[in-house]
Amino acid sequence: MLEGMPRPLPNLDTQPFWDGCQEERLLLPRCSACGEGRWPPGPMCPACQSQDVDWIESSGRGRVYSWIVANHPVHPVLTGQVPYVVAMIELEHNIRLVGNVMGCAPDEVEADLPVEVIFERLEDGRQLPNFRRVETAE
Amino acid sequence: MSALRDAAAAVGVGETTYSKESGRTELSLACEAIKKAAEDAGVAIEDIDGLVRYDMDHVDEAALTSHLGLKNLRWMSQVGYGGTGGNAVVVHAAAAIAAGAAETVVCYRALNERSGVRYGQGATWMKDEVGGAEAFQMPWGMLTPAHLFGQFARRHMIEDGTTSRQFGAVAVALRRHASLNPRAMMRTPITIEDHQASRLIADPLRLFDCCIESDGACAVVLTAADRARSLRHAPAWIMGVSQGSGSRTSGIVFRDDLAVAESTYTAAEVYRSAEVGPEEIDAAMIYDHFTPFVIFSLEAYGFCEPGEGGSFVEDGRIEVDDVLPVNTHGGNHSEAYIHGLPHVIEAFRQLRGTSTAQVESAELILSCSSVAQLSAAVILRKD
Ligand SMILES: [Zn+2]
Repeated sequence: MLEGMPRPLPNLDTQPFWDGCQEERLLLPRCSACGEGRWPPGPMCPACQSQDVDWIESSGRGRVYSWIVANHPVHPVLTGQVPYVVAMIELEHNIRLVGNVMGCAPDEVEADLPVEVIFERLEDGRQLPNFRRVETAE
Repeated sequence: MSALRDAAAAVGVGETTYSKESGRTELSLACEAIKKAAEDAGVAIEDIDGLVRYDMDHVDEAALTSHLGLKNLRWMSQVGYGGTGGNAVVVHAAAAIAAGAAETVVCYRALNERSGVRYGQGATWMKDEVGGAEAFQMPWGMLTPAHLFGQFARRHMIEDGTTSRQFGAVAVALRRHASLNPRAMMRTPITIEDHQASRLIADPLRLFDCCIESDGACAVVLTAADRARSLRHAPAWIMGVSQGSGSRTSGIVFRDDLAVAESTYTAAEVYRSAEVGPEEIDAAMIYDHFTPFVIFSLEAYGFCEPGEGGSFVEDGRIEVDDVLPVNTHGGNHSEAYIHGLPHVIEAFRQLRGTSTAQVESAELILSCSSVAQLSAAVILRKD
């Protein structure tokens, strides 16, 4: 993970996601009534207005949907950390997570690049999901 | 017919000098812009009975009303979503006037965005801990607007073959218009090669794809139809308005399709309420925080087919003497970044015939904003 970034503040709607990360499981919210994915996690299904949710373990495999390369350090803490990639990773159930693409140079990132989840530890012991390139996707 | 159609008109505008360092408080800037707008309209300060602000504006409302000498306010509101506000403030003012809740409403924006709080700086947005959608963005270094909006630009390139040189064509057009505008902060013309040589900020966004940062304030006075006809200048009629959204705008980047503008929804409503179509629009003032969003808006507002905005902007087609003049003041990109409200002022100026890049026989102008979140649009008509 990049150093010096804001840490996520869990709330009652998102806590299971962060708890899953501590166990190295990528748990994503899916509507119990209609199966629609929700992202970011929230209290109601936008497709059917159900408030029931199941937390389903993701395969962690996805593809790059879009990305930018942060070339300019927008904060002094990033001076030694640019360039870095911020990508939108397409997973199951119409859910896209933000992540960095590890394991390749920024100029090797391309649309539909297959990636898989990894978990990275912050200084305070909390773990966050991130993504690295895989050679072949299922 | 929409109850809002022609119920209100823009009757006066005011602007401070735009600069990198105003040396003044935002309150002082706001007072000057509103005073000038009232003078331009020919209405007394005490005749202003409505006030609409951006929720991001730092000026304390109570201080503003006290120092300006507003005595008869009976209606106040504010609008969110940053650059959306440029047009949404006008939508709120027109709605209040149409409903009879106020007769003469002022909309304003004041900010020291260069010498004060800079939106392009990570420090502006950084906190120790972040909740809501930001909790799923900032820990991975998605910090500034360029990091968010660059995702849309990339997706447009992936799906539609749009190129950085086409973003450059937008930059060239906007700068050319600014070169004619003495209020503009960036007036030196540029070429596509200059754009291509500018450094990458958040690839695919280059420096010359980004709006400038500036200090200043501006204001627009609107009033009811009967009053508008009695004032000294010809009014610019608020013919159509819309403000709204489609789905999943939380966190900006979690929308279903990043290659299509959110404002497709707003576009349909603004044309419906004005009872006109894009083929009747003489010029467009498009919120240009980043150049690709001119391309997105041209598609969303029906000036070209979806996916064809990149080729539409080539060969000077959005310049003043061509197919669809866009941002004839130079926009956020080259005039000043006062959060999109100068776009409404330029629409007004075009209809009054006083633009520095005047469009021949301009009758109908579209002003529209923000294509990634909840958005707003206004169609103004010459008297
Ligand atoms: Zn559902």
